[in-house]
Amino acid sequence: MNDRVMKSYRFREERQEDWSRLDEIVTRAEKRGMKALSDEEMTALPRLYRQAVSSLSVARSISLDQNVLAYLETLCARAYFFVYGTRASMGRRIAQYFRRDWPDAVSGALGSTLLAAACLFGGALLAFFLCLQDMEWYWTFHQGWDSRNPNASYDSLRATLYTEETNIADMLAAFSAQLFSHNSGIAIFAFALGFAFGIPTAILLIYNGVYIGSFFAVFWQKGLAAELTGWLFIHGVTELFAIILAGAGGFMIGSAVAFPGTKSRMQSMRDAGHSAALLIIGTVLMLFTAALLEGFGRQMINSDMARYAIAAASLVFWLVYFYWPRGGQDEWTGEDS
Amino acid sequence: MARDRRSPASGDSRREALRRRELRLKEQARQAKRIRPLVTPEGAALNLKIATASERAGAFLLDFAILLITMLACLFTVSSMFSSMGYQGWQMAVSISTVLIFLLRNFYFVAFEIGRKAATPGKRALGLRVAARNGGRLTANAVLARNFMRELEVFLPLSLLFMTAEDEVSAWIRILALLWSAVFVLFPLFNRDKLRVGDLIAGTIVIHAPRTRLKQDITSAAPLPSANGYAFTEAELDTYGIHELHVLEDVLRQSTAEIKTRVAERIREKIGREKGTDESDLAFLEAYYAALRARLEQRMLFGERKTDKFDTGGKG
Repeated sequence: MNDRVMKSYRFREERQEDWSRLDEIVTRAEKRGMKALSDEEMTALPRLYRQAVSSLSVARSISLDQNVLAYLETLCARAYFFVYGTRASMGRRIAQYFRRDWPDAVSGALGSTLLAAACLFGGALLAFFLCLQDMEWYWTFHQGWDSRNPNASYDSLRATLYTEETNIADMLAAFSAQLFSHNSGIAIFAFALGFAFGIPTAILLIYNGVYIGSFFAVFWQKGLAAELTGWLFIHGVTELFAIILAGAGGFMIGSAVAFPGTKSRMQSMRDAGHSAALLIIGTVLMLFTAALLEGFGRQMINSDMARYAIAAASLVFWLVYFYWPRGGQDEWTGEDS
Repeated sequence: MARDRRSPASGDSRREALRRRELRLKEQARQAKRIRPLVTPEGAALNLKIATASERAGAFLLDFAILLITMLACLFTVSSMFSSMGYQGWQMAVSISTVLIFLLRNFYFVAFEIGRKAATPGKRALGLRVAARNGGRLTANAVLARNFMRELEVFLPLSLLFMTAEDEVSAWIRILALLWSAVFVLFPLFNRDKLRVGDLIAGTIVIHAPRTRLKQDITSAAPLPSANGYAFTEAELDTYGIHELHVLEDVLRQSTAEIKTRVAERIREKIGREKGTDESDLAFLEAYYAALRARLEQRMLFGERKTDKFDTGGKG
């Protein structure tokens, strides 16, 4: 055989070492991250990668060894994903998200946010006035199992707003129930359903508004409106804001599908999906904060004034955080979004 | 050629071989459809292979099983921690495990896919990974977007499935809702790239890129002394094509001695060679493989690819 060694065999023999070196570097980087690589390896990586890629295209035309081809194919793909993959560390990425990406995404989606707010509060106002005219409407929106209905007495309604004795188990229970309550579900669904032209999102928001509005009307009639506002908005500012933002994300995707403009519908949806996703991630955190406020804050703080103060403070905080103009671009722009 | 001097029985076997070839070509065409060329900035094309729907379903089931087991383990630990505290402890245990389950359910997929391997354990087991559809880098946003849609694709249908219906109307509503959500569940089956709705929104794709090991080249492995003695004529080598070469490679790399003997017999019969005294089948196969590959690669350099033994050139 020695007298007629194949071209493909010689080709492989000459480069094999570099391939396995690249393989080793990529494997280590996949397992333990960039930190596991030495400086020397970092400088060698681009050269090894380019060499593997060109080996692949040569091998395709001269070699019939399936194993070599399959090996190079996956090696190049893995190296490609690593070389052109994201470089930011997790902590840095998170910091940048909260410092710039999230507020930017929220203030950029002002139109959709206003639309979502209009749906939610429009629904609430509608239901509120309908219920004030005729309490029978309440039963259209709610099932009978809730004790806080128009037939309840002033005292029993009032008792639901304040907590006499607090214990940690109850607070935890309220907190976890809040996480799973329909509110966080609504937020995620409002986003997820957006691509159907935003229609399900609008319906969900309006329905949620109607629910709150009719509920409010019951307390209003009994003269408990001010107390309920404190009870509701201590966490409601954060929670409703989160729901509105999620709805805004849904609307962004919906309008991208409905009116793609000069882009293709897919491309338009993808772009909107990216910025909407930016919006949503923080929303989950807001809902988490709201759950904390509801579970612990509301049980422990029974004074109306304190509740109002927290509600106002959280509103101011979110508004300033999201919409306060930020000067200058960040120096680091590693992540394209 | 062979057709003329063989008996009618071998005519049957030839028809059978042709039928098998047709099936093989169909399968090859199907596999080729899975390939999405990605041109790297260096100008080289990588052939990324789309994961099939069944691979993805398998990966999901694995992940789901892992998720369920982890959840159960959490429940078990938490409840055993609080079991001594009576009713209140039980209440606390329920709350804490709800929070844990919430976190697991929402961040299991996200945490793994943001990581360096861009794949959950289930995906990794099947050699899959998530990639950006335009070949760019996979951003955290994309991973989050594709996984929040999971709510709609998995958890909504599941909760509909386990929802109880009190009366006939709500039973009907439930069936309609299930049908509606089936659109999302079955979405990957009805598009070329096997995209979920989440992939569509996030601009991602799931590809099949398992780790492959570089094995010894057969032509260099264990230079059997007897393998050097062989010399094949051109006619003997032109009997087979690239497909047969690849089959032979698989046989040499991963089959039993018994199969190797049978294959060696088939080849000898086909090229009309007698088995020499104390000739080893393995040596014969390796020598034949080396000679055949050399011949086919040489022809490939001149621009002729003989795809299989039926390919006589000319017709393409």
